[in-house]
Amino acid sequence: MTQLTVSARPRPNPYLPIDSLDPEAELMLLHFGPQHPSTHGVFRMDLYLDGEIIVKAVPYVGYLHRAVEKLCEKLTYVQQTPIVDKNDYVAPMTNEQALVMVFEAMLKLEVPRRARWMRSLFAELQRIASHLLAIGTFSLDLGGALGGGSTAFIYCFRERELILDLFEDVTGSRFHYNTHTIGGNRHDLPVGWGAKVKAALELIESRMPEFAALTIENHLFQQRTKGVGVLEGALALELGITGANLRASGVDHDLRRDAPYSAYDEVKVKVATASGGDCYARSIVRVEEVKESIRLCRALLDGMPEGPINSGKPVKLPVQTKIPVGQTYVGIETPRGELGTWVIADGTQNPYRLKIRPPSLHALAALPYILPGQTVSDAVAILGSLDPIMGEVDR
Amino acid sequence: MNEFVRGGLYGGGIIVGIMSSLLFVLWAERKMAARMQSRIGPNIIDPTGFLQAMSDVLKLLQKEDIIPEKADRALFNLAPVFGAAAALAVAAVVPFSASIVGADLDVGVLYLLAVGAVSVLPVFAAGWGSNNKFALLGAMRAIAQSVSYEVPLVLAALVPVMLAGSMKVSDIVAWQASHHWLVVWPFFLGVPAFVLFMLAMLAESNRIPFDIPEAESELVAGITTEYSGMKFGLFYMTEYLHTVIASAVAASLFLGGFDGPGGPGIWWMVIKTFVLVVAIYWLRWSLLRFRSDQLMALCWRWLVPSGVVLVVATALWVVFAA
Repeated sequence: MTQLTVSARPRPNPYLPIDSLDPEAELMLLHFGPQHPSTHGVFRMDLYLDGEIIVKAVPYVGYLHRAVEKLCEKLTYVQQTPIVDKNDYVAPMTNEQALVMVFEAMLKLEVPRRARWMRSLFAELQRIASHLLAIGTFSLDLGGALGGGSTAFIYCFRERELILDLFEDVTGSRFHYNTHTIGGNRHDLPVGWGAKVKAALELIESRMPEFAALTIENHLFQQRTKGVGVLEGALALELGITGANLRASGVDHDLRRDAPYSAYDEVKVKVATASGGDCYARSIVRVEEVKESIRLCRALLDGMPEGPINSGKPVKLPVQTKIPVGQTYVGIETPRGELGTWVIADGTQNPYRLKIRPPSLHALAALPYILPGQTVSDAVAILGSLDPIMGEVDR
Repeated sequence: MNEFVRGGLYGGGIIVGIMSSLLFVLWAERKMAARMQSRIGPNIIDPTGFLQAMSDVLKLLQKEDIIPEKADRALFNLAPVFGAAAALAVAAVVPFSASIVGADLDVGVLYLLAVGAVSVLPVFAAGWGSNNKFALLGAMRAIAQSVSYEVPLVLAALVPVMLAGSMKVSDIVAWQASHHWLVVWPFFLGVPAFVLFMLAMLAESNRIPFDIPEAESELVAGITTEYSGMKFGLFYMTEYLHTVIASAVAASLFLGGFDGPGGPGIWWMVIKTFVLVVAIYWLRWSLLRFRSDQLMALCWRWLVPSGVVLVVATALWVVFAA
């Protein structure tokens, strides 16, 4: 595990009452969201504006709260995977993976090697799909739905569609897969699926320059993102920000490499980092991660072992899976960062408490620190570059 | 024929012509954007999608007209009408052929710059009258943008005026017919002036990459946030009017207007205008958007100085070379 250091430099509290900032200024309070088109769902910020410059920003979350954690307490362990699918609705595969991994850790269940490799393969494919969506929606934020932004957006969605088709071949559903179970996977890979994946990866790789020209290599894109919303590495660590947002701030941290799970102990990950900490660095890191994930997918496909895909005993009734008394935390690296699940089990078929640590929530915590001094246009860019998914923020 | 009757007839004809050309422009843009984005585009109303614009207008006409309770009703209701009127008024001095021109004023270029500048007032009225913070921010940006880009626009338009020695648009077209199109010779003056004019016109008519007053990803819909139904439709139409008419003006001032190989005629004007319109939409569907401060920096740091240099160079050229 790499050493992560936190600087002790004191920071001004961004949540102080607005009067203490500048009582003389004539500020406009702009309610940004929750119905605003660029808040990536239902997110609300109160922006105090001096002209177009943001003086203070207060984020509010909770508009998409669906009581997932409480629901998990009421459902048995086997019944929970389809529920957490809907948390990070852009990367459902990794959601269910995080959940079943903590149950397996508590049951001390050995997952077959093939299942672990399949999980890593699914996670990497999901990472490509999720990052494509992140880059697409980010350019939508920068360019608008009626313009170049939507062109980049649709290019990214066209590529993402290929991956959804692949998942549909395996699990039967395009989005909420419910394919991870305690002890392994539910669906085995269909015959000839590997060739399809390779063809899709080939296509995505060949089309990468197309949307790179519209986004990260584009002069306007760079002008809008370079130096905007600089997030220092130390601040990111203090706020618990993980994933691409942290790596773009120069902190080399990736759970796939630092605390390997599934197949990542055998297939090594080259972690992409950038030093700028601005919106541009975050986009660059995502693009690099897409390339790295394509490489990982190929390696995982080539080395895919044969064997069983589930080690758990077949359960006839959901109440049969019981987890002994204890508590465990397991975190995995989803496309958005460290998705942790903390479970307190009381020996019955339901958890006593199940807490999900969503990476997007921590990313949003940076907003009050990095928004002041930027313009309203930048606020949209910064929010988009942090790539929050409200489904997992509010749960 | 009486001057007024003639102007009224031709003016009416031009307005009808431009309005009906919007249907084609809308269709062309949608289909082009769809091709650029590997989509099919509208094809449900009829297989070609040509009637989609008609059906959109019908839909907008049927919609409820919502006026916010605390809006300034007079400003709110008049803004879309004045916006469309100001955009159309520019077309009055554009010669579409030797005879088809609404009013061939002696100060035609001055008129079209002045009337073009008026179009910022409806935007301000809409932004203020809506009593909405997003609309106000959009209007604020629009005013700053329009006032700034007025300067390079005037400077760029001065180049053909100085070369032709007349402010009459038909004189400028005639000068280009007897000499060369301005972008052909002297191209070192004509091409930069043309580019400058198009950039400033794009900014004036709020098209991407300069469409920040209505930046829908930031300001919801900017000045049109509170508008619904056909009032919104008028704003939408005004945008397209601006694009078409700005292209027609640029074609007249820089691309030889209705003159062309094989003799002058309205078809040259139509072809040139649509080439420019397509170029504008090509830019629109491939570029992102500037930030408003970057837009200002671009104007005052680059466009205005280069415009001044261009005007001085043109003056020297007129005095010494031509």
